This record gives sequence, structure tokens and C-alpha cells, in this order.
Amino acid sequence: MTATYWAARAMGPRVIGEALVATDGFSARYDLDRLKGIFSRPSHRLFGQSYVGKILILDRAKGGVASAWMFNEMVSSGLAPAALVMNRTNPVLAQGAALAGLALLDGFDQHITALVESGAQVEVDPDHRTLKVLG
Amino acid sequence: MRLNEEEQAIAAGALGEPRRMALEQQTIVGRYFGAEDFVPVAQAHLMADGEAVGEAGLALLERLAAHPEAERRVRVPTVTDPRGVDRRLCAKLQQPAYAEAREQRIVAALEAFGCLMTNTCINYQTVMAPVLGEHLAFGDTGSVNYANGVCGARSNFEGGVAALWAGLTGRVPRYGMHLDQARLARSRFRLTFQPEELTQWGALGGVIGRALRSYWDIPVIEGVEAPPGSDALKHLGAALGSFGSTPMFHVVGVTPEAPTLAAASAPDARAPIEIGLKDLEDFAASFAMENDNVDLVVFAAPQISLLELERLASLLDGQSLAAGTSLLAATTEEIASAARRMGLAQKIEAAGGQILEGVCFYQMYAREIGQANGWRNLVTNSAKLANIIGGYGYNPALASMERCVEAALSGRLTP
Repeated sequence: MTATYWAARAMGPRVIGEALVATDGFSARYDLDRLKGIFSRPSHRLFGQSYVGKILILDRAKGGVASAWMFNEMVSSGLAPAALVMNRTNPVLAQGAALAGLALLDGFDQHITALVESGAQVEVDPDHRTLKVLG
Repeated sequence: MRLNEEEQAIAAGALGEPRRMALEQQTIVGRYFGAEDFVPVAQAHLMADGEAVGEAGLALLERLAAHPEAERRVRVPTVTDPRGVDRRLCAKLQQPAYAEAREQRIVAALEAFGCLMTNTCINYQTVMAPVLGEHLAFGDTGSVNYANGVCGARSNFEGGVAALWAGLTGRVPRYGMHLDQARLARSRFRLTFQPEELTQWGALGGVIGRALRSYWDIPVIEGVEAPPGSDALKHLGAALGSFGSTPMFHVVGVTPEAPTLAAASAPDARAPIEIGLKDLEDFAASFAMENDNVDLVVFAAPQISLLELERLASLLDGQSLAAGTSLLAATTEEIASAARRMGLAQKIEAAGGQILEGVCFYQMYAREIGQANGWRNLVTNSAKLANIIGGYGYNPALASMERCVEAALSGRLTP
């Protein structure tokens, strides 16, 4: 089923890819094994899953400032998500996305993690501040 | 965003490429959050440990640091967060072979920018205390919480490279914690007990942090009967930032922007949530090791103060760690020096413990040294560290400093 959702804030390039969705928060330092490209925090719902090339759709930014550096390294090493989409982000994720050139959307009028399923093809279009579910 | 004459010159590259790139990055973030202009900052605090910076970040630092001094020097005092390598201990801790060389190159670049290598996340206790109303660009979630909440200064999280941008331009985008309205509490928490020791204050930060909805959801805490002291508020703020991505907090009657509940609260603040001792016990119980064998005890995150170090030395004095159990305590180089002068460091080391200087445990390639040393079950008195370290392959447990020391001496964590 196709649908379009509008974000309050957006940056970065337009990308299309497969959604990876959870109601958890997100921090690159806390949650990821960035050498293997998988979620490594046992209590995270995406534990063990690869995030590489996926459009991550998660609830909110969590603590830690390291993501501001880490996104850049993740993109450089080819072990990065294609985009981040969140209910609410924080300055650190925005600073990291800006440096790495990652697409970032946040601020929806509904819980975005409840509207998209993992595996769906989605388009992130920061110029139009939209997340489109393509099917 | 409105740019003044100087900012327009920076954006045009008239003050060199490092400042141009810095302002460009800050403008992207400022526009994202709806900032109308920039605000000058008094100082910046830069997190740049080698694991976080990586090879790509190092290449960026070295490229910018190669510019002429007039173009690359920071414009406001820029102090540094803990390093990732304590050179005395790199081999002993079995850090990765590339760690020390990367570290030296990062430090060389930061020194070329004119950073003051303070290597601490408790800069508000050890370098220069922020003051009420001062705009800052701090780069550690705990230091931001302390600066905003305890001191009444104004800083967003300026993560890693963002603090370098602030140092190079001397300003930050004016949004979030730089604005009066964003600093008001939306969530209220009422204590039905009085936390008695540092781990409880950290656990309180964890309980509240888990309940908060986002960076923009500022908490106010009611029911604290007496000022708890700097180290207690340090643990509270560090855990709030870690569990909640929260940049500030109010404690009614204690912190400067909360003389009353009404003064600290937004008009639409939610009804209070009561927090009792049972909530803290449940929180601590949410961290559980595979068994009660203890591989490692860590005091860090935040770095520990001289008073905490004195307490640790007192508990370890004349004792010996259990075989197969290690104990690490991270602090600043200045506090370690003072502790040595006062004979405190010797007591810890005589018991078999190790003082880490100018570093913090989780920033030291924690995954790699854990695997190399066979460390899996980790006990700490830091709620923040317990939160972080699970993602690095450890099974953490949270306990008071006294129980942590008992665990280090016996090799087991008992109920």
C-alpha cells in the first residue's frame, strides 16, 4: 500500500531503499557494531540485524554525542544506513548527518514507526520533507 | 538564517576554508532546527576519541589542521573530552595496534587547532565552571546537563565535530537550549524518598531518562529536600543524558532556574510521576550479568572526582583484588596527579586497581579490549556506563561503589 507522510524537518539527499523499522531509540555508539554493520545491543529490537543500506525508521535519538563523528566513518567505510527517519531526533544526529551527507527526517504528526513495516520499499525526499511508502 | 557581516565573510571563505566549512555545517544544522541566527559562545568542549573519530574523521581533522595558523586556530577556548588512549596503559590493556598511532595524530591535529588538551568530561568540576546565562558549545551529554541544569549556562549537545565547528567560528546556531522557552520543563517527577548515594542519583537519572520522550522533553524533579552535592548531580545529569538524550534538568529549590516549580515549568507540563526507592531497585535489576562472576569493575562515565577517588582508596586500602578480577578507575590527569601526591593512587594500585588518566573506559575501544582481556561481566556504579557498555559486548551490573569494591575483592557480585 502506498502512502506519504510529511516531516517537520529534513536534510540530505533523496534516497530509495528498504525500510528497517523498530519502536526503539537510536545511538550509533550504544546500539551498533560498526565494524560488522549490525545492531549489537542485546536489548534492541533490531539486535543482530544489518542496517547497511537500509532506511532506518526509529522512535527517537538516545544519549551520546559520538554519532556526530560515527556517521561519517560509517559512510566512508560503506557500512552506513541509507537514511534515518525518526519521530524525534536531537542535535547530535543532525550534526552527524550533516557531516556525512546522510538523509534525515524527523517530526511527524503520527508515530512513524507504527505506519511503516520493515521490508517495505520507501522513498526519503528531504527537499519535499516526505517519506513515501512505495509498496 | 540571518548572517551578520562577519558571518557572511566567513561563509564566503574570507577567513579561510576551516571556518567556511564550519559555518556551512552549522548553518545546515541551524536551518534544520529553525534557528534564526547565531549566538557567540564563551568556550567549546570537544569529544574526539579515536574510536569515534575513525579514519575518515582523522583525515578531515588533518586536512583542516594543515591550513595556515590564522585560518585554523579556534576563536574561543576549546577544551577536550577524554582521550581514547592512556599511553602508559595501551599495551597492558591490549588496545588495538592502530590505537596509539591514531591517537597521536588526532592529538597533533587538535593541538594545531589550538585546543586545550584537558581530556575530561568533568570540565565543569575541574577546568572552569560555567556561569548563569553563559552560552557554550559543550560536547558531552553529562557536561551539557551539568552546564544547563546545575549552572544555568546554555548549551545544546555539540557532538564531536560540532564542537570543533563552534571553536572555529566562535558561535553556534541559536535554537534549543539557547532559547528561554525550550528550557522549561514539560515532564514532572516527584520523589517519595531521598537518594542517599551516587549510584542512586545515577539510577534516578536513568529512570527519568527512560520516561522522557525526546531531547526536547525537559524534566523537573520535585521533593529533593537538600542540595545533594556536585558529584550526585553529576551522576544524575550523566544518566539523564544517556538514557533520555536530555540536555538539561531542573531540581526545585536546588538548580538556579527552578526556585519554584512554576518558574521551571511550561504551562502545559504533564502531571507529576512519582518515583520511589522501588523504582530505582527495579532499574538496577534491569541490568543483569550471565552469572555472578565478576571480570571487571569500572568507575568511569563520568570520570570520577577527587572525592570519589578518595572514597575508593579508603575502601581498597590494605585489600587485594580477587584473582581474575580487574578494577579500573578513570579520572583526569590533574586529579590523578593530585591523588598520587596525596597517597590515594598508591592505595588503589597496591590493591591491584588501575587508575586511567585522561580517558574514559567506554571511549577506549571497549569492544576490542574486552575481547582481548576476556572481560564480559562488568560491574559499575555508573548508570551511564551500564547503559552504554551492553552494545560493546559486556554484561553490565549496576551497584554502589561499596558493592563494586566488594565484588572486586571477592570476584563475585552478591545480592
